[in-house]
Amino acid sequence: MNRIDRRFAALRAASRTGLIPFVTAGDPDPDGTVAVMHALVAAGADLIELGVPFSDPMADGPVIQRASERALARGVGLRRVLAMVAKFRERDADTPVVLMGYLNPIEIMGRERFAADAQAAGVDGLLLVDLPPEEAEALREPLARHGVAQIFLVSPTTVASRVARIAAAAHGFVYYVSFAGITGADRLALDDVAARVAALKRATSVPVAVGFGVRDAQSAGALAVFADAVVIGSALVEALAASADAPAAAGRFLAPVRAAMDAARRGAGGAA
Amino acid sequence: MQTVEQDGQVASFAAYPDDSGHFGSYGGTFVAETLIEPLAALAREYAAAKADPAFAAELARDLADYVGRPSPIYHAERLSAKVGGAQILLKREDLNHTGAHKINNTIGQAMLARRMGKTRIIAETGAGQHGVASATVAARLGLECVVYMGATDIERQAINVYRMKLLGATVVPVTSGSKTLKDALNEAMRDWVTNVRDTFYIIGTVAGPHPYPMLVRDFNAVVGREARAQMLARHGRLPDACVACVGGGSNAIGMFHAFLDDARVKLFGAEAAGHGIASGMHAASLAAGRPGVLHGNRTYVLCDDDGQITETHSVSAGLDYPGVGPEHAWLKDCGRAKYEGVTDDEALAAFHLLARTEGILAALESSHAVALGMKVARELPRDGLVLVNLSGRGDKDVHTIAKRDGITL
Repeated sequence: MNRIDRRFAALRAASRTGLIPFVTAGDPDPDGTVAVMHALVAAGADLIELGVPFSDPMADGPVIQRASERALARGVGLRRVLAMVAKFRERDADTPVVLMGYLNPIEIMGRERFAADAQAAGVDGLLLVDLPPEEAEALREPLARHGVAQIFLVSPTTVASRVARIAAAAHGFVYYVSFAGITGADRLALDDVAARVAALKRATSVPVAVGFGVRDAQSAGALAVFADAVVIGSALVEALAASADAPAAAGRFLAPVRAAMDAARRGAGGAA
Repeated sequence: MQTVEQDGQVASFAAYPDDSGHFGSYGGTFVAETLIEPLAALAREYAAAKADPAFAAELARDLADYVGRPSPIYHAERLSAKVGGAQILLKREDLNHTGAHKINNTIGQAMLARRMGKTRIIAETGAGQHGVASATVAARLGLECVVYMGATDIERQAINVYRMKLLGATVVPVTSGSKTLKDALNEAMRDWVTNVRDTFYIIGTVAGPHPYPMLVRDFNAVVGREARAQMLARHGRLPDACVACVGGGSNAIGMFHAFLDDARVKLFGAEAAGHGIASGMHAASLAAGRPGVLHGNRTYVLCDDDGQITETHSVSAGLDYPGVGPEHAWLKDCGRAKYEGVTDDEALAAFHLLARTEGILAALESSHAVALGMKVARELPRDGLVLVNLSGRGDKDVHTIAKRDGITL
């Protein structure tokens, strides 16, 4: 059992909903990313999604685009991201880390080498926005051999036959994209999301995380009632960029989100 | 018929892509999950349209009456004599409505948009030719049109920006990344993923996720089909070589496609070598790039060792792109087509020579093809035939050329 599975098992046992903050590695300051990660854990993060900067982030909104550009301008690419995870692992052996990004940097590094280096650094999962399951076969075997979970997305436009296929092949968790759009947009329709997540949970044995459009404690709390985990990204990235002390800002941002999710879950009777 | 050994199967070059949109190991569908179903729906609609005689009839009528097809093949006798080799023939796509081959594709895709009940068209553009061609068909069908264009390109292609506005389109400046064509494509993709219910994305080149490389190729393949028949009718034989410029590669694949299985016709693509490949200031993805994934497909890309897409340079905005259509990547690896770099200076020299010998102002993109065509012709005997795709006219580039010559208009 890897860190992701262990963490979700513990959350289930405690009747809690997982909180997954997303930050772009290297932003706002490459030397501060590891401290930000520790601060997020201290403020209640259950799993960390670490964005790998890419020059052409086609699925991201302006906030994460700009974060990516800033990180790239400071020379942060895939190799340095792996080094940051290794450094994080020196002080945190338990919190799962999932890399989120685009395929090209991994193709250029080489699939086998990436999988081996990611395992050595302590990476637990990989979510590539531009790699649907149909194209993922070449990466499947190296990642499996090195114990890195390949995480796939399901969106409102995913047809039932593909939902079934993705759900059956899922490792770690399934990431439900709450609306058709880019990261950071503000279009959350809770009733729709609840219905889709319920259907998805029936189809898969792995947990379902929900992301895109989670702006604050209130929206995270609303999702916490029915999702296994909630991802919050752009709003956090924005808060870090606006602060002179990113680790402190990370803690300040996340603590109320954690509290709202726990309160919502208790209010809903604890067992979603 | 020329055949190719591919994964143990023998097939015609012209039979690709396979059902999943792959040309060998290239192509495919590398996009966000939200776009998988819309792309599948587009592929289904296109298959239905292809099987519908009414669709073909309307397309043929529009290409004749609105675009002005067939475009002629012109024997550039004075240019050929000057070069002193094979005869150079020009396929005059510059004579199409809107001044380039781009309209062949936008007419077809706009018809698909209408079939699918979409009310809004979006497009990306570099030099502005595809943006103008998209705005044109949107105006004609009464559809809303939004064109994404890099802020840098907006500055250097002011006339095309205004043309789009005159046609009723909204031009949105893209200020992310390198502020050029690749960033415009990213932004158009973001719009599409957000507004996919009512919006049709008209991609302008043979890149992007499946089915776009196939779709855009098929709509441009009228160029090669016409040219092949014209060659047989006028010259009694096929050309010894076809030459076209390659940025994303839509005019080149349009020209090549009908000749892919004619093994004796050599195919040459002219990539933008900018200040020279060795300078690093170029856009020659096939000559100097490596297999990677960009804009939804696996192909040759220009990127650094970290996998970050690098900025490109070419005097011609239409070739200034760090990727290339996946079918070209595959034709290169198969050896069926050869791709060579043409520098800014070589393209400009060809531009001026064509203007002075034949009275034709070619687009800077097409001038790359003319330069390579001259090189190919020089290697062949005088009775040889080299067919060059003159993909667009040069009016839009007059300011750029004047500026390089130190002249203020």
